[in-house]
Amino acid sequence: MYLHRKLENKGNFFRRIRGLDFILLFCILLLGVISLATMYSTDGGQVLFHTKSHFFKFVIFTLLMLVISFFNIRFWFSVGYLGYLSITAMLIWTIHFGITASGSQRWVDLYFINIQPSELMKIFIILCLAKFFHRKRLDNVNSFYSVIISLIIIFLPMSLVIIQPDLGTALLISISGLVVLWFAGLNHKYFFYSFLISVLSLPFIISFLKPYQKLRVLTFLNPDRDPLGAGYQIIQSKIAVGSGGLFGKGFLKGTQSYLEFLPEKHTDFIFTLFSEEFGFFGSVILLLIYAIIIYRIIRIGSISRSYFAKLFCYSFGTSMFVYIVINMSMVLGLLPIVGSPLPIMSYGGSSMLATMIGFGIVMSAKIHSDQSIA
Amino acid sequence: MIDQSDNVIKLNSISRRMFILAAAKVLILGGIVSRLFFLQVKENKKYLTLSDKNRIREWKLPPVRGDFQDYFGNTIAGNFEAYQLHLIPEQVDNFRYTMNRIKNILELSDKEFQKIIKRKKEIKPWETLIVADNLNWKNFSKINNNLYDLNGVKPIISISRNYPYKENYTHILGYVSQASENDIISSEMVKEKFVQGLKVGKIGLEKTFENKLIGSNSIERYEVNAYGRRISQLAFQEGDKGETVKLTVDTEVQKLANELLKNKSGSICVMDIFTGHVIAMQSSPSFDPNAFVFGISQDDWQLIRNNPMKPLINKSLSGNYSPGSTIKPIVALSALENEIVSPKFTVNCRGHKHPLELYGQTYHCWKKEGHGYVNMREAMKQSCDTYFYEVSRRLGVDKLSITAKNFGLGNKAFGNLFGNEKNGLIPSTVWKKNALGKNWLLGETIITGIGQGYIQTTPIQLCLMTAQIANGGHKIYPQLVLKDNKNVQEDKFIQLIKNKKNIKFIQDAMFSSTNEIRGTSYRSRIDDPKYQFAGKTGTAQVKRITERDRELDLKTSEIPYEERDHALYVAFGPYRNPRYALSILIEHGGSGGSNAAPLAKILFKKIIDRHEVRKNFVTNKYLEI
Repeated sequence: MYLHRKLENKGNFFRRIRGLDFILLFCILLLGVISLATMYSTDGGQVLFHTKSHFFKFVIFTLLMLVISFFNIRFWFSVGYLGYLSITAMLIWTIHFGITASGSQRWVDLYFINIQPSELMKIFIILCLAKFFHRKRLDNVNSFYSVIISLIIIFLPMSLVIIQPDLGTALLISISGLVVLWFAGLNHKYFFYSFLISVLSLPFIISFLKPYQKLRVLTFLNPDRDPLGAGYQIIQSKIAVGSGGLFGKGFLKGTQSYLEFLPEKHTDFIFTLFSEEFGFFGSVILLLIYAIIIYRIIRIGSISRSYFAKLFCYSFGTSMFVYIVINMSMVLGLLPIVGSPLPIMSYGGSSMLATMIGFGIVMSAKIHSDQSIA
Repeated sequence: MIDQSDNVIKLNSISRRMFILAAAKVLILGGIVSRLFFLQVKENKKYLTLSDKNRIREWKLPPVRGDFQDYFGNTIAGNFEAYQLHLIPEQVDNFRYTMNRIKNILELSDKEFQKIIKRKKEIKPWETLIVADNLNWKNFSKINNNLYDLNGVKPIISISRNYPYKENYTHILGYVSQASENDIISSEMVKEKFVQGLKVGKIGLEKTFENKLIGSNSIERYEVNAYGRRISQLAFQEGDKGETVKLTVDTEVQKLANELLKNKSGSICVMDIFTGHVIAMQSSPSFDPNAFVFGISQDDWQLIRNNPMKPLINKSLSGNYSPGSTIKPIVALSALENEIVSPKFTVNCRGHKHPLELYGQTYHCWKKEGHGYVNMREAMKQSCDTYFYEVSRRLGVDKLSITAKNFGLGNKAFGNLFGNEKNGLIPSTVWKKNALGKNWLLGETIITGIGQGYIQTTPIQLCLMTAQIANGGHKIYPQLVLKDNKNVQEDKFIQLIKNKKNIKFIQDAMFSSTNEIRGTSYRSRIDDPKYQFAGKTGTAQVKRITERDRELDLKTSEIPYEERDHALYVAFGPYRNPRYALSILIEHGGSGGSNAAPLAKILFKKIIDRHEVRKNFVTNKYLEI
């Protein structure tokens, strides 16, 4: 009997391994390798701090993702609110005791690791709202009560992040939240009207922006107004991408980056460097990898039996898509510069941790796709 | 808890919405890809250019300046390898220590040391700091021996201007020095080629031929990073050396002229009477132009500037002097040409007791005892002033000025070649009316006839005048720069006189002045017909001679320096077959006969000897071709 159970447990373990989405896993690992190579290039063709750090983070967080995926999807359903609340608590903690870097207070010191709770909130807001809407009847979704609650769930962390100040991440958090609302079945007209209102109130919003943020908007509209100042980043970024050409300048040969014309090349502008060195083909392949990852996530959602898993996967996949599109549009000069990392590729532990947690939950949904949640 | 039908509706709803979003995602992805395509494929060229503009920067190096050569191809202004010491601050571990080491090795003064420290603060740490720009070999090798201790210090060999003949050619060539703001503004060429350390001509032919000499910059192309730091050299484009300018001068004669004028203030000009080639042209005192190449020290500059003999002035071109008696050949020629008098015209010179009187003014001959009855030849020979008073009175100043101008007086001999050449002055009645607003007085005509008064000439003009008398009255154009034979387009044959006999007579009179007893320069004659020359002395008064002076009759050495007469001499030779003319001027040198003419004796020996070499050199040149 005991032996039988042990065997069953063992079988359970292998069953779980087999249950992993290998295409998704492969793509994530491939993306990791590409990101490491790119990071190696940002270090000027040497294994320096960024490369090492990125490597260890990637390895640890990939293992973490597998561990997360072995937990039953029910477990993740059950910690939805708790996770959200603890991250919110961390955000409040950040406001008072956070670590300040480059003008904003974003990091919280956890003794062994400095973490950016706002990045984690991108995932946990999805988890929380997915749990919130899981039990809602479709007729109740559009009720006043649930709309207000869900908006509070979104606005609370958003405002906490805006205070830091980190407009980019706040925007991404709210987009993640709104994506969940959309999938939960919130009436189209709400989206339509709020979009209309926000467009109309744009001039007012701009007047509330901080001077440097206004400058970014103005710079986006006309980068050449101050090519060595505010417009420098976007101009140099476009030069780097544009000079890459069809096949790129070659690995480690991106002159814009290694001659230090590119700012923030490790983080938000990592795609610029990649694009300069690998050209149009490389960029399209990278996009393709991202597209496959998102497709797999959505597919996992579609085969999941539970509504919670479905909602989470769809929302997470869509949010990923939004992050990627915003980051790329930004470096390609299609959007004003907002701080938004490219998932996995960009250097930054919290962002990668959040993404990997997301992948882990998706994997868990895959392994336990036949589980239904009461 | 959730009933089945609601779940189905919910699942339907989410799937439908997923489908809508998926479609939107494909569209957006398409947008991103097309943006990438636009930037990377369509606009690739534009961004590639911008990227290269970012990363590639060019550095111009100072061009190598063209040489000056004398007639025989000797380099009289060239380039030499200057030993310099460069230092890149960021490559030096301990700047203070290294600088102190260098200070000890080179024995720099505190002032120089502070200057270098100050310069270091003005540049970026990766830029080159020039610690020393012209080290001698001893110091340079000392630095090289100590290099193990001097990290980041680079001994460099750089090309710089050099004047091998030092003070000999200063007034012809001028000198180069660091380009000033003014040089850059006034010349497009300099502006285009300017780099730190560029040296440009400040005066003389160095300035005149700047555009020809300057050459083109070598260009170093470097890859730089966003902060302007050089990463690697991509290309090196060698510039062209400036053109060589060939002059007509003969260094041997020039050196002799310089030696003869040592410790004197004055000028020597030597000219080929047929080609107009200037064989030598020296103004004394001179100075070493090499001192200016790396910036002259304040002390040395003050020494040159405050020298009472005025070394900075090119006396051959910019010195306006009364010609004194050296004008007499022109006065005589003018009188003959205008048929005012014949050579047989005789005047009685009766000495200081019976001077010429005109409207209450008296006009003395230089000779106390008087010359007695003299005809024109005798008057030229002994330089009788009384005779020329009478001749010029009859001639009139206007006729004289026409002849004088014809022979090149009162006009720049080199045209625009030199910025500092002066016109001199040949007075006439019209000139006085226009310039001074007064009428011409007859007395002024009389003193003009002996080269005093308003009349002023430069030594090179006197040389040109003599050359044109010597060549039988043909117009020539003084040349300092050797022209390609093909381009000689100037009017070949302009006769300056009406009657050949007149010029022959003048030549003969000048011959008598040098080679016959009682001639003013008889003591300086050479009897050997190969070197024999004919000349005319001149003694130009600097101040008016009063009755008291006349009574005292002081020797030159007893008069204060500034009040002494200028000694002049013009001559041509060899007499039988003239080829060269010269003019000599010694400022405050006393009488022309005893102070200027003896130099001509030495000069003619050299000039005629060198003529053989010069002639053969030309033949050789044709043979080589």
